[in-house]
Amino acid sequence: MITLPHYLTVSAALFTLGLLGVLTRRNAVNVLMGIELILNSANLNLVAFSRFGPGNLQGQLFAVFVIVIAAAEVAVALAIVLTLYRLRRTPNLDEADFLRG
Amino acid sequence: MSAEAVIFFVFAAITVGAAAIVVLARSLIYSAFALLFTFFGVAGLYVLLGADFLAATQLLIYVGGILVLLLFGVMLTHKLYDLNLKTEVTQFLPAAIICGGLFVLLAWPIEVSLLLPRIGRVRILGTLWQTSWATGSGRGPAATTEEIGRLFMGSYLLPFEAASVLLLVALMGAAMIVRRRKDA
Repeated sequence: MITLPHYLTVSAALFTLGLLGVLTRRNAVNVLMGIELILNSANLNLVAFSRFGPGNLQGQLFAVFVIVIAAAEVAVALAIVLTLYRLRRTPNLDEADFLRG
Repeated sequence: MSAEAVIFFVFAAITVGAAAIVVLARSLIYSAFALLFTFFGVAGLYVLLGADFLAATQLLIYVGGILVLLLFGVMLTHKLYDLNLKTEVTQFLPAAIICGGLFVLLAWPIEVSLLLPRIGRVRILGTLWQTSWATGSGRGPAATTEEIGRLFMGSYLLPFEAASVLLLVALMGAAMIVRRRKDA
């Protein structure tokens, strides 16, 4: 019998893996991939609560909004990464230290 | 084990295994293509949860849109003759310890009992397995598209319109950021 904690466990695994990617990768595009994993884990949580909860669709609606915001976020973030690459000739995040005094 | 359990574990293994490849692979291209399998696995879990509309949306937007954008990002931020799209890893060990500890704290599925010196017996089990969730009657597998459409056009009209404005602003902003200035 597959219950709610099973789905939440998969979601927690996705979240921690995404967090690991965000924390350890130097490449900006790879960090974005980690953020996508985290957003997917949040979505999985929402849909699972919608399925096992009181039986309405609010969780799925919220997941649709999360997907929309993920699309907007990745467009803007890639624009920033491209600008960074044009200025510094590198996609590595730790070389983006323009504001250091 | 029932058929539902088998399908769940297959999709969960695809999702988590591909996510591990995304995070651990040295090549950016491997990461991007493993991300494809993660999105497919999550879509399969959505189908298993009875969210058919959301599974289709996941495939259309994530696989068709976001993944292609990420691949564009990979290609545009490397020189074209640079064949090994390697990425570097910093501070892997502390981050792995933090993330592994977080996972054990959240979701360790099997109860383990450890006998530590001076501390005594320690029971390890993830928080979400100890919580008694307030599950309701649940929603059986039924078509969701019509009801989601009614909710979007009904009581959730304002966030729906706000999301459309957000998308427009984000796309215009992205175009503004990457455009080449004449004076530069």
